[in-house]
Amino acid sequence: MIRVVLAVLALGLSGWMALAEDFKLAVTTSFHNSGLSDVLLPAIAEDTGLNVQLLVVGTGQALKLGEAGDVDAILVHSRAAEEAFLEAGHGTHRRGIMYNDFVIIGPASDPADVSKAETAAAALMAISTAQVPFVSRGDDSGTHKKELSLWAAAGLDPAALGGWYRPVGAGMGASLNTAAGMNAYILSDRASWLNFGNTADLTLVYAGDPVLFNQYAYLPVHPDKNAAIKHEAALRLEAWLVSDRAKALINEYKVGGETLFVFNAK
Amino acid sequence: MNDIFEGLVAAALLVVTLDADLVDITLRSLQVTMTALVVASAIAIPLGTWLAIRRFRYRRVVIAVMNALMGLPPVVVGLIVYILLSRAGPFGVLGLLFTPTAMIIAQVIIITPLIASITHQAMRDLWAEYHDLLISLNTNRRQRIAALVWDGRRTLLTASLAGFGRAIGEVGAIMIVGGNIENATRVLTTAIALETGKGDFALALGLGFVLIALALVVNLSIHWLSRTEREGRW
Amino acid sequence: MVSQLFPVTVKDVEVHRRGARLIGPVDLTLENRGITVVLGPNGAGKTTLLRAMHGIERINGGSVIWAVPPEVARLKQAYVFQTPIMMRRSVADNLAYPLKLRGAPKAEIADQVALWAERIGLADALGRSAPQLSGGEKQKLALARALVASPDVLFLDEPCANLDGRSMREIEALLIGARDAGVGILMTTHDLGQCKRLAEDIVFIIKGRVHETGAAAAFLEGPRTAEAKAFLRGDIIE
Repeated sequence: MIRVVLAVLALGLSGWMALAEDFKLAVTTSFHNSGLSDVLLPAIAEDTGLNVQLLVVGTGQALKLGEAGDVDAILVHSRAAEEAFLEAGHGTHRRGIMYNDFVIIGPASDPADVSKAETAAAALMAISTAQVPFVSRGDDSGTHKKELSLWAAAGLDPAALGGWYRPVGAGMGASLNTAAGMNAYILSDRASWLNFGNTADLTLVYAGDPVLFNQYAYLPVHPDKNAAIKHEAALRLEAWLVSDRAKALINEYKVGGETLFVFNAK
Repeated sequence: MNDIFEGLVAAALLVVTLDADLVDITLRSLQVTMTALVVASAIAIPLGTWLAIRRFRYRRVVIAVMNALMGLPPVVVGLIVYILLSRAGPFGVLGLLFTPTAMIIAQVIIITPLIASITHQAMRDLWAEYHDLLISLNTNRRQRIAALVWDGRRTLLTASLAGFGRAIGEVGAIMIVGGNIENATRVLTTAIALETGKGDFALALGLGFVLIALALVVNLSIHWLSRTEREGRW
Repeated sequence: MVSQLFPVTVKDVEVHRRGARLIGPVDLTLENRGITVVLGPNGAGKTTLLRAMHGIERINGGSVIWAVPPEVARLKQAYVFQTPIMMRRSVADNLAYPLKLRGAPKAEIADQVALWAERIGLADALGRSAPQLSGGEKQKLALARALVASPDVLFLDEPCANLDGRSMREIEALLIGARDAGVGILMTTHDLGQCKRLAEDIVFIIKGRVHETGAAAAFLEGPRTAEAKAFLRGDIIE
């Protein structure tokens, strides 16, 4: 009797698992805040049978989760960190999926005249000259790393900036909240900004410099780490992410009438 | 101020429409916290009582450690539990990371010192009162603990409720070990953190009000249950 | 019933606390002759002597020897504290507690609880919370709880301190009843009147040492020592 129950149970369980296999994907806050995942996940479940469970963390923590083998794949946007991750053997390979862009958000009055800047570096230079408050993620995330590279391009050292430079050590949403509260400038990805509810007096003051493009890449975690890593599923998900269905969904995703992401998988 | 009003409206809407997601995360919040509370109380109440009646060499050290653990930041607990449960950690093979069980473990660690400490204080006072009588009646240690726990059950209930309050409102640790996965490990507090991050203050506040209401309902119903005993209070 | 515990011998007993000697050395042999009152001025060590004999005060020297082995002797004693310790339970549960500890059958517990509640006039108050009783009721309940498990020896520390006349009379009646049933009683009191009414034997102590012992009548009529005379006269003695 017990054997029969167990067999039925096992059958039911395996059937259910075939129906929806749990898959853990670490993604960055900015990707999740864009709302794109709400569109993609149901389609993924439908086409691949994968129940993708998102762990929404900063890029640093996402890489750490991959390194520990606690997730099956990661979707992040920080080229240098991704390459280091691969070099250390934590991932099998890197696949570019899509990009969005970073934008500079600031007070509607734009006291530093950032909107007149020619390049992103010039925009930051203008903020530094005007000594107006600037909120930095300060959390080693992809966005933070991008911001640091922009300061470097402007020939400035963030550590030596004055009290108006405020690293908050928080996620994109929390940092935007802080910037809204202080009426400060901040670097954000476009998706997070468009989906952000509490804009207060802030507005988009600068965008368009190609250096601000933000490439998202998908990295399956190396299956050698532990037996629980679903590498085959990771490959299945990758195949879907570069498919025509994904392309259409990504390119057509709009918030407030604006396109957020550009599909560029090869 | 406007945000608070909108939050109340959002809370009312969520509750009135019995929003499926809300019901799901609310039940998960309750399940995780209640389980953690039962486990933590089962450890902390006998431990606190034992510390109150037993004199041994390192008793003061143990009590000091317990009181210090009360102030342990949940994030640190979360990190430690994460490292232990990670696939790369010692208990990785159990596959508990990013499950409600992991969240329960973290909460047990967070609230056990709190409950044990309050229990210890209450039981110390009761033991001072009962000491001579229980010694005179030739009770053994087990009987003493039983008498103290039974007669001090109202204070212990308060201790447990303090633990419940800390656990249900906790976010730092369960965010790390649970991962805030939709339909799997998302609870009220992590959902609030998420909505705040999105800048959707109304929804975040709405969930916050649901959380407060939940804590109130649990507190009131436990007090009501304990009051249905033969007499109001001793 | 005749108590098996007597005679009890207190031999060179000393109790020290924080370097000071509270009592001792005390040498004393008592037969069960009903009610023995320990008499003496404040701070003489009456309570300490009772506690030491009962075994709830750590003694620093000497020994208390009952006629039966110590484990047995311990089970046959009960102690009523000066401030009654009420468990945070109902009157019935307080009365039942010593019997429950002994694993008495439920029916017997119920009978005994009913019997003793009746004797102390709390039959209608079985469900009441013990800590909320009046002072006299608490003292009676503490006494009944001590007697419910049929001890051979009963210690009482100032059982009637701060009680009104009526409660005092009820308690004394219970004590006389217990004595007549064969319970050996050792008690302290401040009240010379109570001492006269109850005592068969007297142990008179000053500064932690036994000063005079003997039959109550003889002691009260004609104390041998000057200190005892002064005490009975009502003088202040250190």
